[in-house]
Amino acid sequence: MTLKSEDIRNIAHLARLHLDEDTIDQYVTELSSILSLVDAMNQIDSSGVLPLANPLDATQRLRHDEVTEGNLRDKFQAIAPDVEGGLYRVPRVIE
Amino acid sequence: MFMTVREIQQGLVKKQFSSVEITRQYLQDIEQHNPLLNCYISVTADIALQQAQAADSAIAAGTNASLTGVPVAHKDLYCTDGVRTSCGSRMLDNFIAPYDATVIENFKRDGAIMLGKTNMDEFAMGSSNENSYYGVVTNPWNSERVPGGSSGGSAAAVAAGLAPAATGTDTGGSIRQPAALCGITGIKPTYGRVSRYGMVAFGSSLDQGGAFARSAEDCAILLQTMAGFDRRDSTSVDQPVPDFSSDPGQGIEGLKIGLPKEYFADGLDGDVARVIDTAIEEFRRLGANIREISLPNTGLSIPVYYVIALAECSSNLSRFDGVRFGHRCDNPVDLEDLYKRSRAEGFGEEVKRRIMLGTYALSAGYYDAYYLKAQQLRRMIKQDFERAFADIDLILGPTTPEVAFKIGAKTDDPVSMYLQDIYTISLNLAGLPGMSIPAGFVDGLPVGLQLIGNYFDEARLLNAAHCYQQVSDWHMQSPVLKS
Repeated sequence: MTLKSEDIRNIAHLARLHLDEDTIDQYVTELSSILSLVDAMNQIDSSGVLPLANPLDATQRLRHDEVTEGNLRDKFQAIAPDVEGGLYRVPRVIE
Repeated sequence: MFMTVREIQQGLVKKQFSSVEITRQYLQDIEQHNPLLNCYISVTADIALQQAQAADSAIAAGTNASLTGVPVAHKDLYCTDGVRTSCGSRMLDNFIAPYDATVIENFKRDGAIMLGKTNMDEFAMGSSNENSYYGVVTNPWNSERVPGGSSGGSAAAVAAGLAPAATGTDTGGSIRQPAALCGITGIKPTYGRVSRYGMVAFGSSLDQGGAFARSAEDCAILLQTMAGFDRRDSTSVDQPVPDFSSDPGQGIEGLKIGLPKEYFADGLDGDVARVIDTAIEEFRRLGANIREISLPNTGLSIPVYYVIALAECSSNLSRFDGVRFGHRCDNPVDLEDLYKRSRAEGFGEEVKRRIMLGTYALSAGYYDAYYLKAQQLRRMIKQDFERAFADIDLILGPTTPEVAFKIGAKTDDPVSMYLQDIYTISLNLAGLPGMSIPAGFVDGLPVGLQLIGNYFDEARLLNAAHCYQQVSDWHMQSPVLKS
């Protein structure tokens, strides 16, 4: 599997990563070489095998929908880049 | 200072020294040797001395717990309330954790002292500790060599005597591989044994917390504190925790140990193989019943791991958006620019590479070919182990294909770096417990022997390692430090 520059730009957008144009060729090379390692998977017939998502085949444990933590807003917002009046500030989204 | 946890516990109880005294000694040693080794990102001297004073009072009052007064270092991805938790990343350089991880709470409950937070590959992604925003960690045995990774700082700190023990995490070998390369003992428990609450997530179905120390006996003491069901971690397993630290006493006479032929095939360095063969003879002399086994899908574990780990990483690391915590870029023009530049500036090269690949594997049109296929093969790898454990008690082999390599030797070739984890990552895919214990040296560099146990069978694993350490002294060797 070989990726093209356009694939790299598209993946970077999906991952919300800014890429400098002059790094794209390096991503093409590195990601393609990792993908050719990964392509070894295709030589194995796994039809009918149930996918394993959790190594112990465990499913999500449910709990009652109850408040278990106190209100830590001030503590959490103390480490935020930009807050105002208890809210997180970001650039204007709606004009 | 080269002391075991057991020796410190005994010395404190017998009043041979106080916790403040040994804590001061470790802090002094850190000050002297950390500039070269770079194994600590943060040294928490004030907290350590306060905790040590409290520990000495508790010992005097007879209210001491299992680790009261024992200094420990923590990998810098366990959240520590009020203390920076950087994860080796510029993204979290300014992140003061607002709560304690369950593992950290457990150490506090049992009276341990926190010496500091250890260096690591950024977000635990790496096998050499060269991917840290805070610089490379050097191997205490040879400062031109890597300590392994991702928990390289914890391993180097224990190997250099800058902590008697340390916590780590293991997603694909990040405890066992650095333990091997630094010549110390490390354990990765069964998936779900140790709470992941407050451990910054990399691959959530693979990550597991564990410990580094100078002996299997010490690892047992640490695991006793760390293990246990935690309702705050939805993948924590509600299994009774046995007494790991009780005197094992029993030998390994008749223990059935399997040697996977795939772990001794091409790719294993000849000198490392000879060291492992000698250790196998020692296990035979101890009465173990040793036979060859096969784990036929071993070769698939690297491709399968890199699809699953990277898919999970791209999903987990999407939370770093420059909005609620962590790095934010200057003067974003709009929200998308804020996300993209904050992430591009905050993450290092390897992390970005992995996010990109994980994003691709999960993207529309590729999910079945990569992620679903990898999950199917993951089950086949697990089934290999299940078949093996039907007839045997433990699996034994090398931890790594070679000893510590030179700093910079593999940085230009991600794939050759990934191949370092060939013997360790299949355990994470299967969720099994494993250990690395020192078994000898090649050219003055330590060789690690890996022991793999069945699910929740850490007690047997620790006992087998302990029995080997009763008749060998590789684990007691210490490097001569330059400063």
